[in-house]
Amino acid sequence: MAGKGIRIEGLKKRYGSGDTAVDALKNVDMQVPPGEVVGLIGPSGSGKTTLLKCLGAVIEPTAGRMTLGDEVIYDDEWKVGDLRALRRDKIGFIFQAPYLIPFLDVTDNVALLPMLAGKSNAESRQRATELLQALDVEHRAKAMPSQISGGEQQRVAIARGLVNRPPVILADEPTAPLDSERALAVIRILNQMARQHETAIIVVTHDEKIIPTFKRIYHIRDGVTYEEAGEGRGFE
Amino acid sequence: MISLAGRDIMHAWGKFVFTGVGLGLLIGVTLSMAGIYRGMVDDGKALLDNSGADIWVVQKETLGPYAEPSSIYDDSWRGIRSMPGVARTANITYLTMQVRHGDRDVRTMVTGITAGGPGTPGWPPYLVAGRHITRGHYEAVADIAGGFKLGDRLRIRRNGYTVVGLTRRMVSSGGDPMIFIPLKDAQEAQFLKDNDAIRQQRRRTAANPAFNRPQVPGLVDSVIASQSTNPYVNAVLVQIEEGHDADGVAESIRRWKRLTVYTRSQMEDILLGKLIATSAKQIAMFLVILSIVSAAIVAFIIYTLTLGKIREIAVLKLIGTRNRTIAAMIMQQAIALGMIGFVVGKITATLLMAPIFPKYVLLEPLDSVRGFVAVVVICILSSIIAIRAALKVDPAEAIGG
Ligand SMILES: Nc1ncnc2c1ncn2[C@@H]1O[C@H](COP(=O)(O)OP(=O)(O)O)[C@@H](O)[C@H]1O
Ligand SMILES: [Mg+2]
Repeated sequence: MAGKGIRIEGLKKRYGSGDTAVDALKNVDMQVPPGEVVGLIGPSGSGKTTLLKCLGAVIEPTAGRMTLGDEVIYDDEWKVGDLRALRRDKIGFIFQAPYLIPFLDVTDNVALLPMLAGKSNAESRQRATELLQALDVEHRAKAMPSQISGGEQQRVAIARGLVNRPPVILADEPTAPLDSERALAVIRILNQMARQHETAIIVVTHDEKIIPTFKRIYHIRDGVTYEEAGEGRGFE
Repeated sequence: MISLAGRDIMHAWGKFVFTGVGLGLLIGVTLSMAGIYRGMVDDGKALLDNSGADIWVVQKETLGPYAEPSSIYDDSWRGIRSMPGVARTANITYLTMQVRHGDRDVRTMVTGITAGGPGTPGWPPYLVAGRHITRGHYEAVADIAGGFKLGDRLRIRRNGYTVVGLTRRMVSSGGDPMIFIPLKDAQEAQFLKDNDAIRQQRRRTAANPAFNRPQVPGLVDSVIASQSTNPYVNAVLVQIEEGHDADGVAESIRRWKRLTVYTRSQMEDILLGKLIATSAKQIAMFLVILSIVSAAIVAFIIYTLTLGKIREIAVLKLIGTRNRTIAAMIMQQAIALGMIGFVVGKITATLLMAPIFPKYVLLEPLDSVRGFVAVVVICILSSIIAIRAALKVDPAEAIGG
């Protein structure tokens, strides 16, 4: 994607209706150029996860506009027919909890995504192995998820989010269970990915260790975003 | 692409094999049930085949000799023998009873066969050991299903018999082993009263002035003699001549002799349609119930296994797995479970259940194929509930709060 990254304009999301309605997103404006890792910070309940879910085409927003690269995916309604293919081909997810597939070993948990996208088993595993190496869990490649530590699981989940080289990566508290050295390694890899593959990356975080690394930060409070220049210069 | 179903099964193989074995035992019972039905049909056909008869002549308006009692005079065969198209006739008696063998009782069908040789209607067509009956009295040919051996002594009513020959698969339609004895002995056995009854009857006859007439010496003796013989048999077996049509011959016997006559196919209808019809229905009901229970078990297990994977399914959906792939994963697991069950069931039915069942269990390959197809279909249908649940899973669940 010789893309323009992510653009979100006037995005709104209301859960439920009537008396019990919750306006989780009231007015979200965001722009993430390709090749950049942007931080999203806000208190609990401010709408961070809701925003990632909308952008990840997992839940439907109420109004607004979202553009991935050249493609308008949402403009008061979905503009893409096959949301699952959109997620598979365009979006990498890294969740708060790793949620690995318990019956696949570490390598295949990662390799499953390129396989689903139609790549050969050999090529898929090759890509998985490279990422596992970069994330320092390659020595557990044949282990089952239940046999590795929480930190290792999180790194495998990160590899899974990156393996299809999606133009957009959405990460929800990716470094929470990691020590500072490993957390910084993850951010380094995300920055590398961003630069190499022109990826636009949003990282939701509370993590003091990594906040200083962002060039640009969005704050969200009660469903409204505010932009702020970060102190970091990324990883050069 | 890797097989998600296969990996999941390998991961939780203990659970799979365990439930597969449980299901297998159920399938084994189902296959044995079908086998018992087939065995009953086969027993019935074997009985008809082994009798060597083309036509059965029985007491008027009865379904004899297998499905109802029938008795006709033991000289009726003479008239039947002279009918056109009749090649051979033979009297026959059947009496289902307990026979004393050493210190145990065996339920058997004692068959009285006329003097003659192999090939005579009613005679066992072949022996697996020993020889045919050659003497007029107290020799028996018995089926090995009753646990008899050559030289064994049997007690039928008051008389002792020596087993001189052994047959295989000579059984009644109820599966009881047959014992062949000379017709005269069999007629006597059917009629025989105990000593007290005989003595009492003699006394009553002698006391009856109608029989005990001083001016007719010997009358009372001949009356008593006629009272203590049995001039009846249960049926006359008829073989027809080459080139004659069984239905035609049967019809002419029916018309001229005023007896009831059945051809081979009519007899088969009586055996299958009347004698074992109730048992067959009972077995069919069992088959239906067992199929429903199996389906419920497969459905429940697959549903439970799927509910245990809700989060993984949400993740699979989130990362773009197609519904088709997820449905295939669940259905393949259901089929795999069914296959394990079928293999276990087939093995238990063949090696475990069939040999220990007292009745003949005939496991027909075609029934196995049908059973296999039924298992697969049941598994596919049972997985639908689980698939519907899986397709409802919201990928948002994978992201959490
Ligand atoms: N499925 C839902 N239904 C109703 N309300 C929800 C739902 N998910 C989140 N919310 C509400 O929306 C607001 C934003 O939640 P969320 O996006 O999870 O916040 P954050 O991730 O920043 O903690 C909260 O008030 C939350 O209670
Ligand atoms: Mg959250």
